[in-house]
Amino acid sequence: MEPLLQGCAVLDCTGRLGWLAGRLLADLGADVTKLEAPDADTLSSDWRALNVNKRLVHADLYAPAGRGLLHDFAASTDILIATPQPGTLEAGLFDYTRLAAINPRLIEVAITPFGLAGPKAAWLASDLEIMAAGGAMSLAGEPGGVPLRVSAPQSYAWAGSQAAVGALTALAARWTTGRGQLVDVSAQAAVIIALAHAPTFVDMLGVIPTRAGAFMTGRSVAGAKYRVFWPCRDGFINFILYGGAAGRRTNEQLVAWMREAGIELGPLGGIDWARFDPTRASQAEVDAMEIPIGRFLGSLTKRQFLEGAHRREMLGYPVSNTADIATDPQLESRGFWQDLPAPGGSSERHCGAFVMVDGVRPPLKSAPGDALQERNP
Amino acid sequence: MSAGIQALGGLKVVEFGSYAAGPHVGKMLANFGATVVHVESLSRPDGFRMQYPPYKDGKPGVNAGGCFTYFNDSKYDVTIDLKNAEGIRLAKQLADWSDIVIENMRPGVIDRLGLGYEALRASNPGVIMLSTCNMGQTGPRADTPGFGSQLSALAGMCGLTGTKDGPPMLLYGPYIDFIASTLGAAAVLAALERRRRSGKGAYLDVSQYECGLLFLAGPLLEYHTAGKIAERAENDDSGAAPHGAYTCKGDGWIALSCWSDGEFIRLCDAIGRPELAQDPRLATLAARKSCCSLVHEAVSGWARPREAQAAAQLLQSAGVHAHAVSTVAELFTDSQLVSRRLWRRRRHPVIGDQAYCFPAFDLSETPGDITASGPVLGADNERVYKDFLGLTDEQFDALRAAGAMD
Repeated sequence: MEPLLQGCAVLDCTGRLGWLAGRLLADLGADVTKLEAPDADTLSSDWRALNVNKRLVHADLYAPAGRGLLHDFAASTDILIATPQPGTLEAGLFDYTRLAAINPRLIEVAITPFGLAGPKAAWLASDLEIMAAGGAMSLAGEPGGVPLRVSAPQSYAWAGSQAAVGALTALAARWTTGRGQLVDVSAQAAVIIALAHAPTFVDMLGVIPTRAGAFMTGRSVAGAKYRVFWPCRDGFINFILYGGAAGRRTNEQLVAWMREAGIELGPLGGIDWARFDPTRASQAEVDAMEIPIGRFLGSLTKRQFLEGAHRREMLGYPVSNTADIATDPQLESRGFWQDLPAPGGSSERHCGAFVMVDGVRPPLKSAPGDALQERNP
Repeated sequence: MSAGIQALGGLKVVEFGSYAAGPHVGKMLANFGATVVHVESLSRPDGFRMQYPPYKDGKPGVNAGGCFTYFNDSKYDVTIDLKNAEGIRLAKQLADWSDIVIENMRPGVIDRLGLGYEALRASNPGVIMLSTCNMGQTGPRADTPGFGSQLSALAGMCGLTGTKDGPPMLLYGPYIDFIASTLGAAAVLAALERRRRSGKGAYLDVSQYECGLLFLAGPLLEYHTAGKIAERAENDDSGAAPHGAYTCKGDGWIALSCWSDGEFIRLCDAIGRPELAQDPRLATLAARKSCCSLVHEAVSGWARPREAQAAAQLLQSAGVHAHAVSTVAELFTDSQLVSRRLWRRRRHPVIGDQAYCFPAFDLSETPGDITASGPVLGADNERVYKDFLGLTDEQFDALRAAGAMD
């Protein structure tokens, strides 16, 4: 099968903010060369996971030889991805006008925390500050408590994935214009995509969404809050008492499951789920319903809930950790993982390509850190 | 040189999709010039129209929902009854016209409707079809129904949000759906590239779950190689200290971090505590981690009486990573986002002016735009069926009378 981006040459000069962009293009079949400084740490899990499927070249871009190499690459590259923080020496290295003079068909994708221009363009921001600037932290955490980020960086991934779309949009345009162009990606703006439609509440109603903690609020006209995360035997389960057709099926199946398990149903036994309306329940009613549910879910393991809920076509999932995900049969069955050689003769297991094309998952072609053997200029 | 040329001009896209995961793909393509037709039915409109607030003046209505319009700007909207044989024929005609078909139904449903990839490619061999769903089209749990808000728990994000000893935390909305839609758009555009080279179409099977895992690829590799399970750690990061959010004046918060000894010295100077930079207990990252309460107290005391945005500006001037924790309301007044024209107001016939969100990237030579508000249900039936598909007035009227557009 011909890879989607076969023959597309990508030079990836990014720092941490941009690693995923090149990885996504590589998964789609592009030939991605990762350029790293001579002293770069290429052993961390993040580096290896996000720079797999690329070929590695070490170069010091601040030395004449490295600069020459960059220009050589630019002459024969379709897409150059960089993270040129405005106001730094790096920004000068990746000046698009100069590189486009070498190769007018070159597409340069510049991924920065805030974009290449504007009052905060030169501001310093890591994942924490980008998540804060994009509004995501204001929506995560206990109500009134410390605003939180996800403990593994997400803003870099949001930026990297928008960058991949931007790169390929410019590639599509090149068929018409015959020329490359500069793609300006803002990580702050990329995070805003993660907020779903939260901005529309401000825009249309003047209501500011805030963090909801571990409970669902705002669903009941009586002001009741519904538990979302339930302790279970080996962690937590995400389960919500929904209304509507999907909620009805889920709630009926939950009660049937509890009955089979011999759990005392309490008030759940008397509820007609076809008529249950979560928007009408009082907090006292919700609390009474949640006692037996909590008792039941607390008796299950995460995997038992996952399998049982699937069998019964219920909504809800366990709160997985990386060990749960690593052993999920669904992923195994779809060939999601791919083993590649690792330093010391061992092997390491990577997330495979994110899409199956014509029924096949495109294989990862090279292990992280594999050197570029030869180039056809 | 290329003024007026749209990056994706001429590209024809049909969406048999609803809610977030399908339509957000089409929105991004539409913002760069693709002609995108969103298919619904009068009896079963897109669930985002009626099931999710906010609504104009707080009153639900099929054309009053801002959640729907927000993800469907710049598109055409048609109605087709997919339970009607004439409706299926019309849908097939639309698919034959298109370059790209996007669907996010449960696996197997689009095939049973006679609109699956094999059926479509028989008459449109170059068609690119994207199927996106919770688990992907295959595997033991392929048929699992589900919402993105809960899938974000299965994919690990919720479990990595919160304090180590507390419960996991919700992420707002169907977080993971937008990962899958963004990656799905990349896959569609890559398939378009192959088609332009070779004429070949493609079938793209996107699992929202798997896409989400790419956002945790590092921690997953860490588990596979070292057996280490990633844990939620409030706002800590192993590479920086301090690294967290601090209360400011009013309801404000500031997020800040120091990634080197030099940056910590600059922070101490900026907050008027230069003596801390000389304190041997705080001389290295490891030392600052082990004495984190000392640093925390100093930064907290400095931040508490200050306005968050001014405090961030001051720290940035000193060369320290910092930003106010923006509320969703503040995103509309953020000077940087205003400068990027992230929000673009367009007028909707029922809702009136609404702010639409431009993608996070723009192109220097062929920039995108929000070309129209989200559409009213079935607003473009005549335009799409007559102008795009070439139906005569008689054919159009006959199909409508037969209920194909219900």
